[in-house]
Amino acid sequence: MQAQHSGTPLLRTAPPWRAGVGLKPEHIPEILETHPDVGFFEIHAENYMGAGGAPHRNLAMIRERYPLSLHGVGLSIGSEGPLDREHLGRLRTLNTKYDPELFSEHLAWSTHDQIYVNDLLPVAYNVDTLVRVCDHIDEVQETVGRKMLLENPSTYVAFEQSSMTETAFLKEVVRRTGCGLLLDVNNVYVSCINHDRQPEHYLQDFPIEAVGEVHLGGHAPDMDQAERPLLIDAHDREVDAEVWRLYEQILRKIGPIPTLVEWDNDVPAWGVLLAEAERATGLLKLAAQPDMTYAV
Amino acid sequence: MRSEPKLSPNGAFSAALLDAEQSIPTGIVGPDGAPDSKRFNVYRNNVIVSLVEALAHTFPAVQQLVGEEYFAALARSFVIENPPKSPVLIWYGREFGAYLDAFPPLSAYPYLGDVARLEWGWLQSFHSADACPLDPARLASVSPNLVGEVRFEIHPACRMIASIWPVLSLVQANRFGGVCSKPINLDNPEAVLVTRPDIKVQLSCLPNGAVTFFNALTNGKTFSDAAALASFDDSRFELEATLGLFLGQGVFTDLRVVAGSNEHGKAIANTGEVGCLP
Amino acid sequence: MKNKAMSAAIVAGAVATAVAGLTAPTTANAQAKEKCYGISLKGQNDCKAGPGTTCAGTSTVDYQGNAWTLVPKGTCVSMELPGDRKGSLTELDRDLPEA
Repeated sequence: MQAQHSGTPLLRTAPPWRAGVGLKPEHIPEILETHPDVGFFEIHAENYMGAGGAPHRNLAMIRERYPLSLHGVGLSIGSEGPLDREHLGRLRTLNTKYDPELFSEHLAWSTHDQIYVNDLLPVAYNVDTLVRVCDHIDEVQETVGRKMLLENPSTYVAFEQSSMTETAFLKEVVRRTGCGLLLDVNNVYVSCINHDRQPEHYLQDFPIEAVGEVHLGGHAPDMDQAERPLLIDAHDREVDAEVWRLYEQILRKIGPIPTLVEWDNDVPAWGVLLAEAERATGLLKLAAQPDMTYAV
Repeated sequence: MRSEPKLSPNGAFSAALLDAEQSIPTGIVGPDGAPDSKRFNVYRNNVIVSLVEALAHTFPAVQQLVGEEYFAALARSFVIENPPKSPVLIWYGREFGAYLDAFPPLSAYPYLGDVARLEWGWLQSFHSADACPLDPARLASVSPNLVGEVRFEIHPACRMIASIWPVLSLVQANRFGGVCSKPINLDNPEAVLVTRPDIKVQLSCLPNGAVTFFNALTNGKTFSDAAALASFDDSRFELEATLGLFLGQGVFTDLRVVAGSNEHGKAIANTGEVGCLP
Repeated sequence: MKNKAMSAAIVAGAVATAVAGLTAPTTANAQAKEKCYGISLKGQNDCKAGPGTTCAGTSTVDYQGNAWTLVPKGTCVSMELPGDRKGSLTELDRDLPEA
């Protein structure tokens, strides 16, 4: 589409083989005291939509030292109605103010009839949804003036109204809008287990060349009514061994890629989160030297 | 099912999310193609729990006053009746105070609404636009015969919450790691000044007459008119102490002298901010 | 208005006293040295799923139900209201500014 959409967005100031971390306010004092060696920080855009005060002061100090990823959690790209223009304006303002290296949102909806239900809700994969998701992504990229990455969702239900796979849907979104993808490996694993599919098959079909960022996070095991495994995208613990394994496969295929470790629930001490990021960094370094063998 | 206007897929989904009595929308299935209510309930849980958590972050003193368990049930009922209208959750909960006022099971705890309004004011102040407080020296430099005509610009992070309850004591004992040393006497009304001279939100108890003084200044009254109104309202009003508090806490950002549009007034208004942060 | 007027001398005197009484740390300049990153607040928006298949989103609670007859477990306040104000919501005439 637009010229600025060409190419994968690359982190300007940090090598892609150093993993990033989701920024939690409780870690900010330690981060600003110790300046840990992490690749970048990712923020949830909505927490920085106030006019001023400590969140912006702190973020500006983080921004001085680190590359930044701006991750929206509330735009509701899968909405049936039009996008919230005011909210989109706020995203544009943040993009202008902090000039992040990466900008992403979700393949999901959270607003209907002006009610915001604060969850990333699933969409049916069919032509109707495809058309409106693509319209919305076009609008985002035009308004914000930069390429966005669209994140694959974690889902707990499927829709009878779906007529294509998630990967086919994402492929078509990329083709039509020129957006990139945020490949959340934990979401891949969670959704595949929840829908009784092979994560490897999902990844084979995934438009991997469009990936501009990878997310890693923890999930919580549960069961559905029929006592089948149901994984919850809780971001409340270490990354699962299976997710690490899939991540290694992805790195072997595409080489080093900006990678984020998220931990949003029961947030641990900074050192625990940093250790998770360093594990990802270790794999990224190996991926930068393809001759080395992988070991987790 | 009764025959109702057919909802869109997202419409049916969101209606069932906030109403646990509703059956799950048709066409939403598990891997075997059959409906599975437990799967849909994951979304119901996410919505309620995440919004209740957001309210708990905004109203920690209310949560501590009623207890965690009670707060969860209370906030849940608020969420269902007042779901957010914006994705920006720092702006969610404006109506929580009014909801507590009118919540029949809490009629024996009528101070909770004001506690919530103070916590709401605190959060909005925390996120308000940055502005440099007025340098007191600028007020001191206004010539004595003009100083009464000064009008003040109020800082964007400044708010005032007047209560017939000891709302500041209640918030301080139940928030900010406050400890309870002695029972709070509910007979003491408190009016609270919320300011943020830099980035730390400050809560101060307003002295006698200061509410009138503050309201008059906020409504654009001149300095001397506001002072006169305040001492007329409350003979205990002390102008020096109240002004000192307001200047020290960063209630003002700027001042104007409008009397007779004299040159002196203009010069004051144009004085650069000294030592102001970018 | 005349009877409410305050003399210029009183007002000017109050300014002099108030300004003289202010201590240095209250100016913005001094606050710039404050470690502002010590002040951080958990964000209200998040990106995570809740507690799985618990009944938090599905249990039904009605106003008359058992949950509301529980007395809130308050801290640091005498739950008995003084005088005739006990439970008298309707008698409270509040005119609060919008926060």
